[in-house]
Amino acid sequence: MDSFIVISLIKIFVVFGALMTILAYLQWVERKVIAHIQVRPGPYRVGPHGLLQPLADVIKLITKEDLVPPYVNKVLYLAAPFFAITMALLSISVIPFGPAIRVAGYPTYMGLADLNFGVLFILGISSMGVYGIALAGWSSNNKYSLLGGLRSSAQMISYELPLSLAIAAPLLISNTLSLRKLVDSQDGWMWNWNLFHGFQYVSFVVFIIAAFAETNRVPFDLPEAENELVAGFHTEYSSMKFASFFMAEYANMVTVSCMAVLLFLGGWVAPWPAAYGSGYVPVAIFAIGGMIAIWRGLNPRRPRDRFTFPPFGVVFLVVAAVFLVPILQSALLPLFWFCAKTGAILFLFMWIRGTLPRFRYDQLMGFAWKILFPVAMLNLLVTGLAIAVFS
Amino acid sequence: MDLILFLVFAGIAVVAAINVVVQRHPISSAISLIAVMGSLAVLYLLLGAEFIAAAQVIVYAGAIMVLFVFVIMLLNAGGETKAGRSFVASLLGVPVLVALLWLLAYYTARIYPSDTEVHFGGFRGGTAQAVGRALFTTYLLPFEITSILILIAIVGAIVLARKELE
Repeated sequence: MDSFIVISLIKIFVVFGALMTILAYLQWVERKVIAHIQVRPGPYRVGPHGLLQPLADVIKLITKEDLVPPYVNKVLYLAAPFFAITMALLSISVIPFGPAIRVAGYPTYMGLADLNFGVLFILGISSMGVYGIALAGWSSNNKYSLLGGLRSSAQMISYELPLSLAIAAPLLISNTLSLRKLVDSQDGWMWNWNLFHGFQYVSFVVFIIAAFAETNRVPFDLPEAENELVAGFHTEYSSMKFASFFMAEYANMVTVSCMAVLLFLGGWVAPWPAAYGSGYVPVAIFAIGGMIAIWRGLNPRRPRDRFTFPPFGVVFLVVAAVFLVPILQSALLPLFWFCAKTGAILFLFMWIRGTLPRFRYDQLMGFAWKILFPVAMLNLLVTGLAIAVFS
Repeated sequence: MDLILFLVFAGIAVVAAINVVVQRHPISSAISLIAVMGSLAVLYLLLGAEFIAAAQVIVYAGAIMVLFVFVIMLLNAGGETKAGRSFVASLLGVPVLVALLWLLAYYTARIYPSDTEVHFGGFRGGTAQAVGRALFTTYLLPFEITSILILIAIVGAIVLARKELE
C-alpha cells in the first residue's frame, strides 16, 4: 500500500513534468512546422533554431500584467481558465503509455491510473471541458467573448456525438472499456490494429475530424475566429490566465492524439513483433541520424558546422546505445512506439492547420449533423452487424 | 478512506443543492447543479457503479447542463428579484422539511438495513457489463420502448421548432 502511494507520487511528478515540457515544446514544433509549410524559418532568434523560444514565452507570459477588467463576473472569470486546464490535465491521468514494468523490483504500470472504464472517464472529462470555454465567454461580459463561448459550446455538443459513435466501433471489436486491455487486444502484427483488423477506416477518419472540432483547432477554430470575434472566448484574458487556455488546448490535443493511437493504432505495440526485429528500429533511426550528423561535422558546409554537428551526433549515438540495454528495453521500446504514433497524429494536426482555411459556422454545424453523425452511426451499425455475424 | 470520501462528496452535494435554490443568478444555480451532478457521480463510483458514474457525468453534467448553461447564455438572463415570502411558508417551512427528511431517512433505513446491498428490482451492480446485460435481457422491452419514446420526442421537437414552409 505504501509503496503504491510512493510509486504513484513519483509517477505523477515524472508524467507532469514531462507533459509540461512537451506542451511548451509542442507549441515550438507547431510554429516551426507551419513556418516551413509557409516557406519561412519560424522562431530562430532565441537559442539555436529558436529552441529556447518556449522558455522565453513562458517568462513573458508570467511577467505580463495580469489584468482583470472591472465589468466581468469575477468568480466565474477567475474560475474558467482554472477549470479548463484542470479538465485538460485530468484526462491525461488515465492514458496508459506502456505495458506493465518493474521499477527497482516493484511492479507498476506505465501510466498514472489504470481504470477499467478509462474510455468512459475520458469521454466524461472531455464533455466537462466545454464549461471552461463557455463560462470564460459568458463571464467576460463582452459580446465577442460571449459569441465565442456560445459557438464553442454548440460546436462541442454537436461533435461529441460523432466522436462517441466513432469510439464505440473499435470498442465493440476489442470488447473492453479499459484502455490497457484495448491495446492488449491489438498485440502482434500491424494488421491486428483495430484500424486494419476491423476495417475501421471510416470511424478513424470520423474520430480525427471530430477530435479537431473538439479541440477547437483549424479548420474548426470558429470560437476564436480573429477576423470576426477578436480572440473569441479568451479576448479578455491576459498573462497566465490566457496561458492556461493555451495549455488546455494543447493538452487536449495530446489527449485526443493518444486516444486515436490507443483506439485505432495499437497503442505502444510495435508494427511487427520483436521476434522479427522491431526492437532495432529506434536503434537504427538514432544511430543513422547520429552518424549523418558526425559525417556532416567532419565535412562541414559552413565553418560552424564543425562544432555544432558532432555533439548532436554523439548524443544520438548514446541514445541509440541506451535502446540496446536489455533492462531498459522493456520500458523504452513501447514508449518509443507510443510517442512515434502520437507524434504522427500531432503532426497531422499541425499539417492541417498549415493547409486548410476555416469553415463557415453554418457549414460547421451542417457538416456535424448531416454528414459526420449519419456516417458514424452507419459505421457503428455495420461494425456491430459484422461482429454479430462473424463471431 | 471510503467513509471520508463519502462524507466529503455527500457534503458537497447537499451544500451545492441548497445553493441551487439560494443563488439568485441562473448561471450560479446551474453551476451549483453541475457540482451536485459531479459529486453524485463520485458517490456512485464509491458504490462500485463505475458505468453509472460515467453516464452521470457524460449525460447530466456534460450534456444536459451544457444545454442549460447554453440557453442561459443565449437568453442572457439576469439575476432574479427576490419574491416576498408568504406567512404560511415561513411558519411551516422548517418543520415540514424536517418531518420530510425524517420520514425519508426512516423508510430508507427500514427498506435497506445497513447490511444489504442496494439494488433496483432484481438488478445489482453498476459496471458496464452488468448494466448492459440487464438492459438487453431483463429490461429489453422497456429499453426499446424508451428509445422509441426518445425518437418520438426528437421528431416532435423538430416539428415544433421548424419554421412554416408555406
